[in-house]
Amino acid sequence: MKPYLPFESRLVPLPINNIDTDQIIPARFLKTTSKEGLDQNLFCDWRQDPNFILNTPRGKNAQILLAGDNFGCGSSREHAPWALTQFGFRAVVSTSFADIFKQNALKNSLVPIVVSHEIHTKLFALPEDATVMVDLASQTLTLPDGQKVEFAVDSFSKTCLLDGIDELGWILKQEPAIAAYEKTRTSTLNTLA
Amino acid sequence: MSGNLKTLSQKVWDSHVVREEPGAPSLLYIDLHLVHEVTSPQAFQGLRERGLKVRRPDLTVATTDHSIPTTDRSLPILDPIAAKQVAQLDTNCKEFGIPHYGVHSTHQGIVHVIGPELGFTQPGMTVVCGDSHTATHGAFGALAFGIGTSEVENVLATQCLLQRPSKTFQVKVQGSLRPGVSAKDIILALCAQIGIGGATGTVLEYTGAAMRALDMEGRMTVCNMSIEAGARAGMVAPDDKTFHYLHGREFAPKGKDWDDAVARWKKLPTDEGARFDREVFIDGDNLEPMITWGTNPGMGVSISGAVPDPSTIADPLERDAVAKALVYMGLEAGKPVLGHAVNVVFIGSCTNSRISDLRIAAQLLKGRKVNPSVRVMVVPGSMEVKRQAIAEGLPEIFRAAGCDWREPGCSMCIAMNGDQLQPGEYSVSTSNRNFEGRQGKGGRTFLASPLTAAATAITGVVTDVRTLL
Repeated sequence: MKPYLPFESRLVPLPINNIDTDQIIPARFLKTTSKEGLDQNLFCDWRQDPNFILNTPRGKNAQILLAGDNFGCGSSREHAPWALTQFGFRAVVSTSFADIFKQNALKNSLVPIVVSHEIHTKLFALPEDATVMVDLASQTLTLPDGQKVEFAVDSFSKTCLLDGIDELGWILKQEPAIAAYEKTRTSTLNTLA
Repeated sequence: MSGNLKTLSQKVWDSHVVREEPGAPSLLYIDLHLVHEVTSPQAFQGLRERGLKVRRPDLTVATTDHSIPTTDRSLPILDPIAAKQVAQLDTNCKEFGIPHYGVHSTHQGIVHVIGPELGFTQPGMTVVCGDSHTATHGAFGALAFGIGTSEVENVLATQCLLQRPSKTFQVKVQGSLRPGVSAKDIILALCAQIGIGGATGTVLEYTGAAMRALDMEGRMTVCNMSIEAGARAGMVAPDDKTFHYLHGREFAPKGKDWDDAVARWKKLPTDEGARFDREVFIDGDNLEPMITWGTNPGMGVSISGAVPDPSTIADPLERDAVAKALVYMGLEAGKPVLGHAVNVVFIGSCTNSRISDLRIAAQLLKGRKVNPSVRVMVVPGSMEVKRQAIAEGLPEIFRAAGCDWREPGCSMCIAMNGDQLQPGEYSVSTSNRNFEGRQGKGGRTFLASPLTAAATAITGVVTDVRTLL
């Protein structure tokens, strides 16, 4: 994983609550066995509308998606953050995120940024060409007027993102603890029996 | 927290923590990893790229359910992309030594149907699967939750996950359900009451007389849709019904192991006096059959209720959400869903495809005919459910009524396999999601119980089953 560096970008506003993973990437595109090419079908059904924001100049070359409450609800498909990052997004800003989506996003260098309703409303009101700065190290979003908005990220995920650490590599190093735990656990299950 | 008093979910969590290190999430051991064809190929590829093995194939089991047709199993899969995905799971399971109940297995079925049915799912376990409906297994007092593909890879390689504990949330369902009201109505009522994000960051525990009165399959239906209220998991404390269900199942403990296991499982229920972070109550006595009107499972009302009017909603994004849903669904504000014509009735999915679901639908359909304007699909959850249904003569009842009786799989719940609505079509579906396009691009879904679905099949319009009982 590449280290997650600070960046400045325009916002792509999607003022819709509860955007579910079936909208982000419809299930019919999950028959693939690879991670590639999912960006082509990001918000596929909404993109049928030529006026949908991703079909307009405003939807291109921006790295921050600004969405309504409870973004990413629904299924556990990691295809959702894969599609978003392949399209070019590096952060999603909302007032809340669904649990599984949030975990999947953090593992793919897509930072879920939770802001207050007040800031959320302010961001939606920004002019089209306004840019904001995302700095994960200081956990701040800098608005065009210079206002710095802090956001929460769990410290482990933050370290992994900033240093490009891979989570599986970290767990693999816990092998002695895992082996010790296995000696103590009581289990009668054997799926191979 | 009151001293050392613990809830069910805290007990399961505490007994699975491998390691806790400052600044890092807990390392949690996983007792059962369920795998299917859609969310696993990239994880197996990751193992190959790193030269890793599956650490505990004996705690892992796979089945094929999402992408396969529900037509004659002796025919090849016509969709080449689906065929490749299905074949890939076979290859991956062979290469990594994982048991796989594939397309031609006599145990094939929807992953959340076969786990309990074969006795893999047991009380007190941690259970994961790359599927958000993994919460189903919580009906047994297991801590069961959905994970993404990176986490599937983590569990395959290490049998562990990095997790932070969730808040505890009690859903107390009091009283007793009246005729025509079932488990599905409890969970649709909860989603309507707290909303699709209402339980985000929590593990639900369902308690109360109405939950105790449900059989294991009803409890699975409730737990299954915990994610539709945003919960990480949903659980029910194990009791004699749980033990009775599991006893003698193929992979359940036997002999002395069984007795020891039951003694352990009896210690799992939430301690008297343990505190939950949140609580909500559902009045089972006054619950009515539920139906959704919108484009998420929280957009539901009782069958006699009306669709909301967006003009009465103050919050602009909420108002827009309701208005957008009504446009998509082609419904009028303030009018009931009752009496709305439908094109398709779907009885199936990991929510409602078990034998008891099929029995109650068949009971209503016996000696009746489905309305000729409706296409009715009945999709059993597994080969085992199918065998039991055949033994009880259910397929004959469904066929005589004019239903299409199919082979096991996820089918029109997720519409990946060709079973789908056409644009604009309406369904009453016993599945779990009514998101835009979920059952096929442009399709419009009313979620309801198997009883409401069967009643609607007979009349051709959304029907209150109590008028047919």
